[in-house]
Amino acid sequence: MTTTLHTAALALGDDALVLSHRLGEWAGHAPVLEEEVALANIALDLLGQARVLLSLVGDEDELAFLREERAFRNAQLVEQPNGDFAHTIARQLYFSTYQRLLYGRVAATAPDTGDETRETLRGLAAKAVKEVAYHQDHAEQWTLRLGDGTQESHDRMQTACDALWRYTGELFQPLDGLDVDWRELEADWLTSVAAVLDRATLSLPEGPRATGWTAGAGRQGLHTEPFGRMLAEMQHLHRSHPGASW
Amino acid sequence: MTAVTADSQEAYEAVFDAAVAADERIEPRDWMPDAYRATLVRQIAQHAHSEIIGMQPEANWITRAPSLRRKAILMAKVQDEAGHGLYLYSAAETLGASRDELLDKLHSGRQKYSSIFNYPTLTWADVGAIGWLVDGAAITNQVPLCRCSYGPYARAMVRVCKEESFHQRQGYEALLALSRGTPAQHEMAQDAVNRWWWPSLMMFGPPDDESAHSAQSMAWKIKRHSNDELRQRFVDICVPQAESLGLTLPDPDLRWNEERGHYDFGAIDWSEFREVLKGNGPCNDQRITQRRRAHEEGAWVREAATAYAEKHSDRTTGGTSGKTGEATA
Repeated sequence: MTTTLHTAALALGDDALVLSHRLGEWAGHAPVLEEEVALANIALDLLGQARVLLSLVGDEDELAFLREERAFRNAQLVEQPNGDFAHTIARQLYFSTYQRLLYGRVAATAPDTGDETRETLRGLAAKAVKEVAYHQDHAEQWTLRLGDGTQESHDRMQTACDALWRYTGELFQPLDGLDVDWRELEADWLTSVAAVLDRATLSLPEGPRATGWTAGAGRQGLHTEPFGRMLAEMQHLHRSHPGASW
Repeated sequence: MTAVTADSQEAYEAVFDAAVAADERIEPRDWMPDAYRATLVRQIAQHAHSEIIGMQPEANWITRAPSLRRKAILMAKVQDEAGHGLYLYSAAETLGASRDELLDKLHSGRQKYSSIFNYPTLTWADVGAIGWLVDGAAITNQVPLCRCSYGPYARAMVRVCKEESFHQRQGYEALLALSRGTPAQHEMAQDAVNRWWWPSLMMFGPPDDESAHSAQSMAWKIKRHSNDELRQRFVDICVPQAESLGLTLPDPDLRWNEERGHYDFGAIDWSEFREVLKGNGPCNDQRITQRRRAHEEGAWVREAATAYAEKHSDRTTGGTSGKTGEATA
Protein backbone atom coordinates (compact mmCIF):
# COMPACT_ATOMS: atom_id res chain seq x y z
CA MET A 1 0.00 0.00 0.00
CA THR A 2 1.26 3.39 -0.93
CA THR A 3 0.30 6.21 1.38
CA THR A 4 0.92 8.82 -1.29
CA LEU A 5 -1.73 7.20 -3.43
CA HIS A 6 -4.10 7.47 -0.50
CA THR A 7 -3.71 11.23 -0.67
CA ALA A 8 -4.81 11.20 -4.30
CA ALA A 9 -7.66 8.72 -3.68
CA LEU A 10 -8.91 10.85 -0.81
CA ALA A 11 -8.82 14.06 -2.85
CA LEU A 12 -10.61 12.51 -5.83
CA GLY A 13 -13.04 10.67 -3.57
CA ASP A 14 -13.89 13.88 -1.72
CA ASP A 15 -14.41 15.69 -5.03
CA ALA A 16 -16.92 13.06 -6.15
CA LEU A 17 -18.64 12.84 -2.75
CA VAL A 18 -19.11 16.57 -2.36
CA LEU A 19 -20.26 17.24 -5.93
CA SER A 20 -22.67 14.30 -5.69
CA HIS A 21 -24.13 15.83 -2.56
CA ARG A 22 -24.61 19.20 -4.23
CA LEU A 23 -26.35 17.58 -7.20
CA GLY A 24 -28.56 15.63 -4.80
CA GLU A 25 -29.85 18.98 -3.50
CA TRP A 26 -31.52 19.49 -6.91
CA ALA A 27 -33.92 16.56 -6.44
CA GLY A 28 -37.43 17.91 -6.78
CA HIS A 29 -36.24 21.35 -7.90
CA ALA A 30 -35.02 20.85 -11.48
CA PRO A 31 -36.36 23.01 -14.34
CA VAL A 32 -37.75 20.05 -16.27
CA LEU A 33 -38.44 16.39 -15.45
CA GLU A 34 -35.72 15.12 -17.76
CA GLU A 35 -33.21 17.09 -15.68
CA GLU A 36 -34.47 15.51 -12.46
CA VAL A 37 -33.42 12.23 -14.03
CA ALA A 38 -30.15 13.52 -15.49
CA LEU A 39 -28.88 15.34 -12.39
CA ALA A 40 -29.74 12.42 -10.12
CA ASN A 41 -28.04 10.09 -12.54
CA ILE A 42 -24.83 12.11 -12.48
CA ALA A 43 -25.02 12.40 -8.70
CA LEU A 44 -25.33 8.62 -8.44
CA ASP A 45 -22.36 7.99 -10.72
CA LEU A 46 -20.26 10.36 -8.63
CA LEU A 47 -21.39 8.78 -5.38
CA GLY A 48 -20.40 5.39 -6.78
CA GLN A 49 -16.95 6.73 -7.62
CA ALA A 50 -16.65 8.30 -4.18
CA ARG A 51 -17.45 5.01 -2.47
CA VAL A 52 -14.74 3.12 -4.36
CA LEU A 53 -12.16 5.84 -3.80
CA LEU A 54 -12.90 6.37 -0.11
CA SER A 55 -12.91 2.62 0.50
CA LEU A 56 -9.33 2.56 -0.75
CA VAL A 57 -8.40 4.88 2.10
CA GLY A 58 -10.56 3.51 4.94
CA ASP A 59 -14.20 3.05 5.93
CA GLU A 60 -16.36 5.07 3.53
CA ASP A 61 -18.89 6.13 6.15
CA GLU A 62 -16.31 7.09 8.75
CA LEU A 63 -14.55 9.19 6.15
CA ALA A 64 -17.72 10.81 4.85
CA PHE A 65 -19.56 11.41 8.10
CA LEU A 66 -16.96 11.75 10.84
CA ARG A 67 -14.30 14.02 9.37
CA GLU A 68 -14.53 17.72 9.99
CA GLU A 69 -14.22 20.43 7.43
CA ARG A 70 -10.45 20.84 7.74
CA ALA A 71 -9.85 17.17 6.95
CA PHE A 72 -11.66 17.17 3.60
CA ARG A 73 -9.44 17.31 0.52
CA ASN A 74 -11.93 18.17 -2.23
CA ALA A 75 -11.30 21.10 -4.54
CA GLN A 76 -13.24 24.23 -3.66
CA LEU A 77 -15.00 24.16 -7.03
CA VAL A 78 -17.20 21.17 -6.17
CA GLU A 79 -18.37 22.57 -2.83
CA GLN A 80 -19.72 25.76 -4.40
CA PRO A 81 -23.48 26.11 -3.86
CA ASN A 82 -25.75 25.14 -6.74
CA GLY A 83 -26.92 28.69 -7.43
CA ASP A 84 -29.15 28.85 -10.48
CA PHE A 85 -29.14 26.17 -13.18
CA ALA A 86 -26.39 28.03 -15.06
CA HIS A 87 -24.08 27.89 -12.03
CA THR A 88 -24.70 24.18 -11.67
CA ILE A 89 -23.97 23.62 -15.35
CA ALA A 90 -20.80 25.76 -15.34
CA ARG A 91 -19.49 23.90 -12.29
CA GLN A 92 -20.32 20.62 -14.02
CA LEU A 93 -18.66 21.65 -17.28
CA TYR A 94 -15.45 22.66 -15.54
CA PHE A 95 -15.36 19.61 -13.33
CA SER A 96 -16.44 16.87 -15.75
CA THR A 97 -13.95 18.07 -18.34
CA TYR A 98 -11.25 17.77 -15.68
CA GLN A 99 -12.43 14.36 -14.52
CA ARG A 100 -12.61 12.98 -18.03
CA LEU A 101 -9.11 14.13 -18.93
CA LEU A 102 -7.67 12.99 -15.61
CA TYR A 103 -9.37 9.59 -15.46
CA GLY A 104 -8.44 8.99 -19.09
CA ARG A 105 -4.79 9.45 -18.16
CA VAL A 106 -4.99 7.37 -14.98
CA ALA A 107 -6.71 4.56 -16.87
CA ALA A 108 -3.92 4.62 -19.44
CA THR A 109 -1.07 4.23 -16.93
CA ALA A 110 0.91 0.99 -17.03
CA PRO A 111 -0.44 -1.90 -14.91
CA ASP A 112 1.38 -2.59 -11.66
CA THR A 113 0.26 -5.92 -10.26
CA GLY A 114 2.38 -5.44 -7.16
CA ASP A 115 0.30 -2.49 -6.01
CA GLU A 116 -3.32 -3.26 -5.24
CA THR A 117 -4.38 0.32 -4.52
CA ARG A 118 -2.91 1.51 -7.79
CA GLU A 119 -4.69 -1.25 -9.69
CA THR A 120 -8.04 -0.49 -8.04
CA LEU A 121 -7.59 3.17 -8.92
CA ARG A 122 -6.76 2.29 -12.51
CA GLY A 123 -9.84 0.06 -12.71
CA LEU A 124 -12.04 2.78 -11.24
CA ALA A 125 -10.66 5.32 -13.71
CA ALA A 126 -11.32 2.99 -16.65
CA LYS A 127 -14.96 2.54 -15.60
CA ALA A 128 -15.51 6.13 -14.50
CA VAL A 129 -14.13 7.66 -17.67
CA LYS A 130 -17.16 6.29 -19.52
CA GLU A 131 -19.53 7.82 -16.97
CA VAL A 132 -17.83 11.19 -16.93
CA ALA A 133 -17.89 11.32 -20.72
CA TYR A 134 -21.68 11.38 -20.38
CA HIS A 135 -21.50 14.02 -17.67
CA GLN A 136 -19.26 16.18 -19.84
CA ASP A 137 -21.57 15.79 -22.82
CA HIS A 138 -24.58 16.76 -20.68
CA ALA A 139 -22.79 19.86 -19.38
CA GLU A 140 -21.58 20.85 -22.85
CA GLN A 141 -25.03 20.47 -24.38
CA TRP A 142 -26.53 22.68 -21.69
CA THR A 143 -23.70 25.20 -21.96
CA LEU A 144 -24.55 25.53 -25.66
CA ARG A 145 -28.29 25.83 -25.00
CA LEU A 146 -27.94 28.39 -22.25
CA GLY A 147 -25.10 30.33 -23.88
CA ASP A 148 -26.75 30.41 -27.30
CA GLY A 149 -30.38 30.38 -26.14
CA THR A 150 -32.06 33.61 -25.06
CA GLN A 151 -30.41 36.86 -23.95
CA GLU A 152 -31.32 36.03 -20.34
CA SER A 153 -29.85 32.55 -20.46
CA HIS A 154 -26.74 33.86 -22.19
CA ASP A 155 -26.18 36.45 -19.47
CA ARG A 156 -26.80 33.97 -16.68
CA MET A 157 -24.41 31.45 -18.22
CA GLN A 158 -21.68 34.05 -18.70
CA THR A 159 -22.11 35.21 -15.10
CA ALA A 160 -21.83 31.63 -13.85
CA CYS A 161 -18.74 30.86 -15.94
CA ASP A 162 -17.07 34.03 -14.68
CA ALA A 163 -18.00 33.45 -11.05
CA LEU A 164 -16.62 29.92 -10.90
CA TRP A 165 -13.50 30.57 -12.98
CA ARG A 166 -11.31 31.38 -10.00
CA TYR A 167 -11.85 27.89 -8.58
CA THR A 168 -10.64 26.03 -11.65
CA GLY A 169 -6.88 26.47 -11.29
CA GLU A 170 -6.78 24.39 -8.14
CA LEU A 171 -7.78 21.30 -10.08
CA PHE A 172 -4.30 21.15 -11.59
CA GLN A 173 -2.30 21.08 -8.40
CA PRO A 174 -0.40 17.80 -8.71
CA LEU A 175 -1.78 14.99 -6.54
CA ASP A 176 0.89 12.82 -4.96
CA GLY A 177 1.13 9.35 -6.37
CA LEU A 178 -0.56 10.06 -9.70
CA ASP A 179 1.80 9.82 -12.66
CA VAL A 180 0.20 12.56 -14.70
CA ASP A 181 1.63 15.51 -16.60
CA TRP A 182 -0.44 18.16 -14.82
CA ARG A 183 0.64 21.03 -17.05
CA GLU A 184 -0.41 19.15 -20.14
CA LEU A 185 -3.68 18.20 -18.40
CA GLU A 186 -4.35 21.86 -17.68
CA ALA A 187 -3.54 22.88 -21.25
CA ASP A 188 -5.92 20.24 -22.63
CA TRP A 189 -8.61 21.33 -20.18
CA LEU A 190 -8.28 24.95 -21.26
CA THR A 191 -8.49 24.01 -24.93
CA SER A 192 -11.58 21.90 -24.38
CA VAL A 193 -13.44 24.39 -22.19
CA ALA A 194 -12.50 27.33 -24.44
CA ALA A 195 -13.88 25.51 -27.48
CA VAL A 196 -17.22 24.83 -25.79
CA LEU A 197 -17.56 28.37 -24.51
CA ASP A 198 -16.74 29.70 -27.96
CA ARG A 199 -19.42 27.54 -29.61
CA ALA A 200 -21.83 28.69 -26.92
CA THR A 201 -21.13 32.34 -27.89
CA LEU A 202 -19.64 32.90 -24.42
CA SER A 203 -16.33 34.53 -23.72
CA LEU A 204 -13.56 32.77 -21.89
CA PRO A 205 -13.44 34.34 -18.43
CA GLU A 206 -10.39 36.42 -17.59
CA GLY A 207 -8.79 36.90 -14.24
CA PRO A 208 -6.83 34.79 -11.81
CA ARG A 209 -7.32 31.07 -11.61
CA ALA A 210 -6.45 29.95 -8.11
CA THR A 211 -3.78 32.54 -7.58
CA GLY A 212 -5.75 34.64 -5.11
CA TRP A 213 -5.75 33.76 -1.44
CA THR A 214 -9.40 32.77 -1.43
CA ALA A 215 -9.42 30.21 -4.19
CA GLY A 216 -7.58 26.98 -4.41
CA ALA A 217 -6.65 25.56 -1.03
CA GLY A 218 -9.30 22.83 -0.76
CA ARG A 219 -6.66 20.16 -1.30
CA GLN A 220 -4.98 21.47 1.86
CA GLY A 221 -8.25 21.33 3.83
CA LEU A 222 -8.97 25.05 3.57
CA HIS A 223 -12.51 25.46 2.29
CA THR A 224 -15.06 28.14 1.57
CA GLU A 225 -17.77 29.12 4.06
CA PRO A 226 -20.74 27.27 2.54
CA PHE A 227 -18.88 23.96 2.91
CA GLY A 228 -19.20 23.74 6.71
CA ARG A 229 -22.94 24.17 6.49
CA MET A 230 -23.14 21.51 3.81
CA LEU A 231 -21.26 19.07 6.05
CA ALA A 232 -23.45 19.92 9.05
CA GLU A 233 -26.49 18.82 7.08
CA MET A 234 -24.81 15.78 5.56
CA GLN A 235 -23.36 14.48 8.82
CA HIS A 236 -25.86 15.35 11.52
CA LEU A 237 -27.90 12.15 11.54
CA HIS A 238 -24.92 9.84 11.36
CA ARG A 239 -23.22 11.76 14.17
CA SER A 240 -26.38 11.75 16.32
CA HIS A 241 -26.23 7.96 16.61
CA PRO A 242 -22.60 7.06 17.34
CA GLY A 243 -21.72 3.52 16.38
CA ALA A 244 -25.14 2.72 14.91
CA SER A 245 -25.42 0.83 11.66
CA TRP A 246 -28.00 1.72 9.05
CA MET B 1 -62.98 14.25 -39.57
CA THR B 2 -66.39 13.19 -40.80
CA ALA B 3 -69.39 13.49 -38.56
CA VAL B 4 -70.30 10.34 -36.71
CA THR B 5 -73.91 9.42 -37.27
CA ALA B 6 -75.98 7.83 -34.56
CA ASP B 7 -75.74 4.45 -36.29
CA SER B 8 -72.02 4.47 -36.70
CA GLN B 9 -71.61 5.70 -33.12
CA GLU B 10 -73.45 2.60 -31.99
CA ALA B 11 -71.34 0.41 -34.23
CA TYR B 12 -68.13 1.90 -32.79
CA GLU B 13 -69.42 1.37 -29.28
CA ALA B 14 -70.25 -2.24 -30.02
CA VAL B 15 -66.71 -2.88 -31.31
CA PHE B 16 -65.23 -1.18 -28.25
CA ASP B 17 -67.45 -3.06 -25.80
CA ALA B 18 -66.63 -6.37 -27.49
CA ALA B 19 -62.89 -5.63 -27.30
CA VAL B 20 -63.14 -4.82 -23.59
CA ALA B 21 -65.28 -7.90 -22.95
CA ALA B 22 -62.71 -10.07 -24.75
CA ASP B 23 -59.90 -8.60 -22.62
CA GLU B 24 -58.27 -7.08 -25.68
CA ARG B 25 -56.19 -3.96 -25.30
CA ILE B 26 -57.50 -0.60 -26.45
CA GLU B 27 -54.74 1.26 -28.30
CA PRO B 28 -54.32 5.02 -28.95
CA ARG B 29 -55.72 4.95 -32.51
CA ASP B 30 -58.78 2.88 -31.60
CA TRP B 31 -62.14 4.50 -31.17
CA MET B 32 -63.10 4.87 -27.51
CA PRO B 33 -65.98 6.56 -25.67
CA ASP B 34 -65.21 10.17 -24.71
CA ALA B 35 -65.86 9.38 -21.06
CA TYR B 36 -63.41 6.45 -21.17
CA ARG B 37 -60.78 8.77 -22.63
CA ALA B 38 -61.50 11.47 -20.04
CA THR B 39 -61.40 9.03 -17.13
CA LEU B 40 -58.09 7.61 -18.29
CA VAL B 41 -56.54 11.04 -18.80
CA ARG B 42 -57.61 12.01 -15.30
CA GLN B 43 -56.38 8.80 -13.70
CA ILE B 44 -53.06 8.57 -15.57
CA ALA B 45 -52.33 12.27 -15.04
CA GLN B 46 -53.00 12.02 -11.33
CA HIS B 47 -50.83 8.96 -11.20
CA ALA B 48 -48.03 10.87 -12.96
CA HIS B 49 -48.49 13.86 -10.64
CA SER B 50 -48.23 11.52 -7.64
CA GLU B 51 -44.84 10.31 -8.85
CA ILE B 52 -43.61 13.88 -9.21
CA ILE B 53 -44.96 15.24 -5.93
CA GLY B 54 -43.92 11.97 -4.28
CA MET B 55 -40.29 12.83 -4.97
CA GLN B 56 -40.46 15.63 -2.39
CA PRO B 57 -40.98 13.81 0.91
CA GLU B 58 -38.15 11.42 0.10
CA ALA B 59 -35.82 13.95 -1.50
CA ASN B 60 -36.16 15.76 1.84
CA TRP B 61 -33.74 13.16 3.26
CA ILE B 62 -31.22 12.75 0.42
CA THR B 63 -28.80 15.28 1.90
CA ARG B 64 -29.09 13.73 5.37
CA ALA B 65 -29.05 10.00 4.60
CA PRO B 66 -26.99 8.32 7.34
CA SER B 67 -24.71 6.14 5.20
CA LEU B 68 -23.41 6.35 1.65
CA ARG B 69 -25.13 3.10 0.74
CA ARG B 70 -28.52 4.39 1.91
CA LYS B 71 -27.90 7.69 0.19
CA ALA B 72 -27.25 5.93 -3.13
CA ILE B 73 -30.39 3.80 -2.75
CA LEU B 74 -32.52 6.85 -1.97
CA MET B 75 -31.13 8.89 -4.86
CA ALA B 76 -31.77 6.02 -7.25
CA LYS B 77 -35.31 5.75 -5.97
CA VAL B 78 -36.11 9.42 -6.39
CA GLN B 79 -34.61 9.26 -9.87
CA ASP B 80 -36.86 6.29 -10.71
CA GLU B 81 -39.88 8.29 -9.58
CA ALA B 82 -39.07 11.08 -12.01
CA GLY B 83 -38.74 8.38 -14.68
CA HIS B 84 -42.13 6.91 -13.75
CA GLY B 85 -43.62 10.38 -14.04
CA LEU B 86 -42.18 10.61 -17.56
CA TYR B 87 -43.60 7.22 -18.65
CA LEU B 88 -47.01 8.15 -17.28
CA TYR B 89 -47.15 11.60 -18.90
CA SER B 90 -46.24 9.86 -22.16
CA ALA B 91 -49.08 7.38 -21.65
CA ALA B 92 -51.48 10.29 -21.00
CA GLU B 93 -50.22 12.02 -24.16
CA THR B 94 -51.32 9.03 -26.27
CA LEU B 95 -54.86 10.07 -25.31
CA GLY B 96 -54.41 13.56 -26.70
CA ALA B 97 -53.41 15.40 -23.53
CA SER B 98 -50.11 17.29 -23.34
CA ARG B 99 -47.62 17.19 -20.50
CA ASP B 100 -47.56 20.99 -20.25
CA GLU B 101 -51.32 21.18 -19.95
CA LEU B 102 -51.39 18.44 -17.31
CA LEU B 103 -48.61 20.07 -15.29
CA ASP B 104 -50.50 23.32 -15.50
CA LYS B 105 -53.55 21.57 -14.02
CA LEU B 106 -51.42 20.16 -11.22
CA HIS B 107 -49.89 23.56 -10.46
CA SER B 108 -53.27 25.29 -10.41
CA GLY B 109 -54.87 22.61 -8.22
CA ARG B 110 -57.29 21.44 -10.92
CA GLN B 111 -55.87 17.92 -10.84
CA LYS B 112 -54.94 15.97 -7.74
CA TYR B 113 -52.14 13.69 -6.66
CA SER B 114 -52.10 10.95 -4.06
CA SER B 115 -53.14 12.16 -0.60
CA ILE B 116 -50.23 10.32 1.01
CA PHE B 117 -47.63 12.82 -0.14
CA ASN B 118 -49.18 15.56 1.97
CA TYR B 119 -47.65 13.99 5.07
CA PRO B 120 -44.20 15.13 6.23
CA THR B 121 -41.05 12.99 6.50
CA LEU B 122 -39.90 13.85 10.01
CA THR B 123 -37.19 11.27 10.59
CA TRP B 124 -34.94 9.02 8.55
CA ALA B 125 -37.18 6.06 9.42
CA ASP B 126 -39.97 7.71 7.42
CA VAL B 127 -37.97 6.93 4.28
CA GLY B 128 -38.09 3.23 5.19
CA ALA B 129 -41.77 3.39 6.15
CA ILE B 130 -42.62 5.04 2.83
CA GLY B 131 -40.76 2.30 0.98
CA TRP B 132 -42.45 -0.49 2.89
CA LEU B 133 -45.99 0.85 3.33
CA VAL B 134 -46.53 3.53 0.70
CA ASP B 135 -44.78 1.68 -2.11
CA GLY B 136 -46.41 -1.53 -0.86
CA ALA B 137 -49.86 0.05 -1.14
CA ALA B 138 -48.96 1.50 -4.54
CA ILE B 139 -47.91 -1.93 -5.81
CA THR B 140 -51.10 -3.55 -4.51
CA ASN B 141 -53.01 -0.91 -6.48
CA GLN B 142 -50.85 -1.05 -9.58
CA VAL B 143 -50.26 -4.74 -10.20
CA PRO B 144 -53.89 -5.17 -11.38
CA LEU B 145 -53.38 -2.10 -13.60
CA CYS B 146 -50.83 -4.13 -15.59
CA ARG B 147 -53.96 -5.80 -17.04
CA CYS B 148 -55.84 -2.52 -17.54
CA SER B 149 -57.82 -2.33 -20.78
CA TYR B 150 -55.85 0.64 -22.10
CA GLY B 151 -52.60 -0.69 -23.59
CA PRO B 152 -50.17 2.22 -23.03
CA TYR B 153 -51.18 2.52 -19.37
CA ALA B 154 -50.94 -1.23 -18.80
CA ARG B 155 -47.47 -1.33 -20.37
CA ALA B 156 -46.27 1.64 -18.31
CA MET B 157 -47.49 -0.17 -15.20
CA VAL B 158 -45.45 -3.27 -15.99
CA ARG B 159 -42.26 -1.19 -15.98
CA VAL B 160 -43.29 0.87 -12.97
CA CYS B 161 -44.24 -2.18 -10.88
CA LYS B 162 -40.89 -3.87 -11.43
CA GLU B 163 -39.03 -0.87 -10.06
CA GLU B 164 -41.54 -0.23 -7.28
CA SER B 165 -41.18 -3.78 -5.98
CA PHE B 166 -37.47 -3.23 -5.74
CA HIS B 167 -37.99 0.01 -3.78
CA GLN B 168 -40.45 -1.69 -1.49
CA ARG B 169 -37.96 -4.41 -0.56
CA GLN B 170 -35.30 -1.78 0.05
CA GLY B 171 -37.68 0.17 2.32
CA TYR B 172 -38.46 -2.97 4.27
CA GLU B 173 -34.78 -3.75 4.61
CA ALA B 174 -34.03 -0.19 5.83
CA LEU B 175 -36.73 -0.51 8.49
CA LEU B 176 -35.42 -3.92 9.49
CA ALA B 177 -31.95 -2.46 10.05
CA LEU B 178 -33.48 0.21 12.29
CA SER B 179 -35.74 -2.19 14.13
CA ARG B 180 -32.76 -4.42 14.93
CA GLY B 181 -30.47 -1.49 15.64
CA THR B 182 -30.04 0.57 18.79
CA PRO B 183 -33.07 1.27 21.03
CA ALA B 184 -33.21 4.79 19.61
CA GLN B 185 -33.27 3.43 16.06
CA HIS B 186 -35.98 0.91 16.94
CA GLU B 187 -38.09 3.65 18.45
CA MET B 188 -37.60 5.78 15.35
CA ALA B 189 -38.83 2.90 13.16
CA GLN B 190 -41.90 2.26 15.31
CA ASP B 191 -42.79 5.95 15.39
CA ALA B 192 -42.60 6.15 11.60
CA VAL B 193 -44.84 3.10 11.14
CA ASN B 194 -47.31 4.59 13.62
CA ARG B 195 -47.53 7.77 11.56
CA TRP B 196 -47.64 6.16 8.08
CA TRP B 197 -49.97 3.19 8.65
CA TRP B 198 -53.36 4.90 8.45
CA PRO B 199 -52.45 7.30 5.63
CA SER B 200 -51.23 4.24 3.66
CA LEU B 201 -54.61 2.54 4.07
CA MET B 202 -56.24 5.72 2.74
CA MET B 203 -54.25 5.36 -0.49
CA PHE B 204 -56.83 2.83 -1.70
CA GLY B 205 -59.42 5.57 -1.83
CA PRO B 206 -62.85 5.94 -0.23
CA PRO B 207 -64.89 2.90 0.82
CA ASP B 208 -66.71 1.13 -2.03
CA ASP B 209 -70.11 2.63 -1.26
CA GLU B 210 -68.66 6.17 -1.58
CA SER B 211 -66.37 5.69 -4.56
CA ALA B 212 -67.70 7.82 -7.41
CA HIS B 213 -65.82 6.35 -10.37
CA SER B 214 -65.48 2.74 -9.32
CA ALA B 215 -68.41 1.02 -11.04
CA GLN B 216 -67.75 2.55 -14.46
CA SER B 217 -63.97 1.96 -14.21
CA MET B 218 -64.58 -1.67 -13.36
CA ALA B 219 -66.99 -2.09 -16.26
CA TRP B 220 -64.34 -0.64 -18.59
CA LYS B 221 -61.69 -2.88 -17.02
CA ILE B 222 -59.56 0.08 -16.12
CA LYS B 223 -59.96 -1.08 -12.57
CA ARG B 224 -60.04 -4.76 -11.69
CA HIS B 225 -60.78 -4.78 -7.95
CA SER B 226 -62.68 -2.51 -5.61
CA ASN B 227 -60.96 -0.12 -3.19
CA ASP B 228 -62.00 -2.15 -0.16
CA GLU B 229 -60.85 -5.41 -1.75
CA LEU B 230 -57.39 -4.03 -2.41
CA ARG B 231 -57.19 -2.45 1.02
CA GLN B 232 -58.00 -5.79 2.63
CA ARG B 233 -55.39 -7.54 0.49
CA PHE B 234 -52.80 -4.96 1.63
CA VAL B 235 -53.64 -5.38 5.33
CA ASP B 236 -53.39 -9.16 4.99
CA ILE B 237 -49.92 -8.81 3.46
CA CYS B 238 -48.64 -6.24 5.96
CA VAL B 239 -49.54 -7.89 9.26
CA PRO B 240 -47.08 -10.80 8.98
CA GLN B 241 -44.45 -8.45 7.54
CA ALA B 242 -44.80 -6.15 10.56
CA GLU B 243 -44.34 -9.19 12.80
CA SER B 244 -41.13 -10.21 11.11
CA LEU B 245 -39.94 -6.61 11.29
CA GLY B 246 -40.49 -6.71 15.05
CA LEU B 247 -42.79 -3.68 14.83
CA THR B 248 -46.45 -3.22 15.71
CA LEU B 249 -49.23 -1.65 13.65
CA PRO B 250 -51.14 1.13 15.46
CA ASP B 251 -54.56 -0.47 15.42
CA PRO B 252 -56.03 -2.06 18.57
CA ASP B 253 -58.83 -3.65 16.49
CA LEU B 254 -56.47 -5.52 14.21
CA ARG B 255 -56.97 -9.27 14.55
CA TRP B 256 -57.24 -12.42 12.45
CA ASN B 257 -60.77 -13.41 11.53
CA GLU B 258 -60.83 -17.16 11.04
CA GLU B 259 -64.26 -17.11 9.49
CA ARG B 260 -63.44 -14.55 6.79
CA GLY B 261 -59.87 -15.75 6.34
CA HIS B 262 -58.75 -12.11 6.57
CA TYR B 263 -57.57 -9.63 9.16
CA ASP B 264 -60.23 -7.38 10.63
CA PHE B 265 -59.05 -3.85 11.16
CA GLY B 266 -60.26 -0.65 12.79
CA ALA B 267 -62.20 2.22 11.26
CA ILE B 268 -60.36 4.69 9.06
CA ASP B 269 -60.71 8.37 9.89
CA TRP B 270 -62.39 9.45 6.66
CA SER B 271 -62.79 13.03 7.84
CA GLU B 272 -58.99 13.34 7.87
CA PHE B 273 -58.86 11.84 4.36
CA ARG B 274 -61.40 14.36 3.07
CA GLU B 275 -59.54 17.26 4.65
CA VAL B 276 -56.26 16.17 3.06
CA LEU B 277 -57.97 15.81 -0.34
CA LYS B 278 -59.47 19.28 0.05
CA GLY B 279 -55.99 20.69 0.48
CA ASN B 280 -55.90 20.96 4.26
CA GLY B 281 -53.36 18.23 5.00
CA PRO B 282 -50.04 18.98 6.74
CA CYS B 283 -48.00 19.58 3.56
CA ASN B 284 -50.45 20.36 0.74
CA ASP B 285 -49.38 23.99 0.41
CA GLN B 286 -45.71 23.21 0.78
CA ARG B 287 -45.76 20.49 -1.89
CA ILE B 288 -47.56 22.56 -4.51
CA THR B 289 -45.56 25.68 -3.74
CA GLN B 290 -42.27 23.85 -4.24
CA ARG B 291 -43.51 22.25 -7.48
CA ARG B 292 -44.70 25.58 -8.81
CA ARG B 293 -41.52 27.31 -7.81
CA ALA B 294 -39.32 24.69 -9.51
CA HIS B 295 -41.41 25.13 -12.66
CA GLU B 296 -41.36 28.94 -12.58
CA GLU B 297 -37.69 29.21 -11.71
CA GLY B 298 -36.92 26.79 -14.54
CA ALA B 299 -38.89 28.76 -17.15
CA TRP B 300 -35.81 30.60 -18.45
CA VAL B 301 -33.99 27.28 -18.89
CA ARG B 302 -36.82 25.76 -20.93
CA GLU B 303 -37.07 28.97 -22.98
CA ALA B 304 -33.34 28.80 -23.66
CA ALA B 305 -33.61 25.21 -24.88
CA THR B 306 -36.49 26.13 -27.20
CA ALA B 307 -34.67 29.19 -28.57
CA TYR B 308 -31.52 27.15 -29.16
CA ALA B 309 -33.48 24.39 -30.94
CA GLU B 310 -35.11 26.95 -33.23
CA LYS B 311 -31.80 28.59 -34.09
CA HIS B 312 -30.07 25.32 -34.79
CA SER B 313 -32.79 23.15 -36.32
CA ASP B 314 -31.88 23.95 -39.94
CA ARG B 315 -28.17 23.82 -39.35
CA THR B 316 -28.17 20.45 -37.57
CA THR B 317 -30.50 18.56 -39.85
CA GLY B 318 -28.89 20.04 -42.95
CA GLY B 319 -25.36 19.70 -41.69
CA THR B 320 -25.38 16.10 -40.55
CA SER B 321 -27.55 14.44 -43.17
CA GLY B 322 -26.50 16.47 -46.17
CA LYS B 323 -30.09 16.32 -47.37
CA THR B 324 -31.04 19.91 -46.72
CA GLY B 325 -34.29 19.62 -48.63
CA GLU B 326 -35.81 17.19 -46.15
CA ALA B 327 -35.59 19.43 -43.14
CA THR B 328 -38.10 21.89 -44.50
CA ALA B 329 -40.14 19.55 -46.67
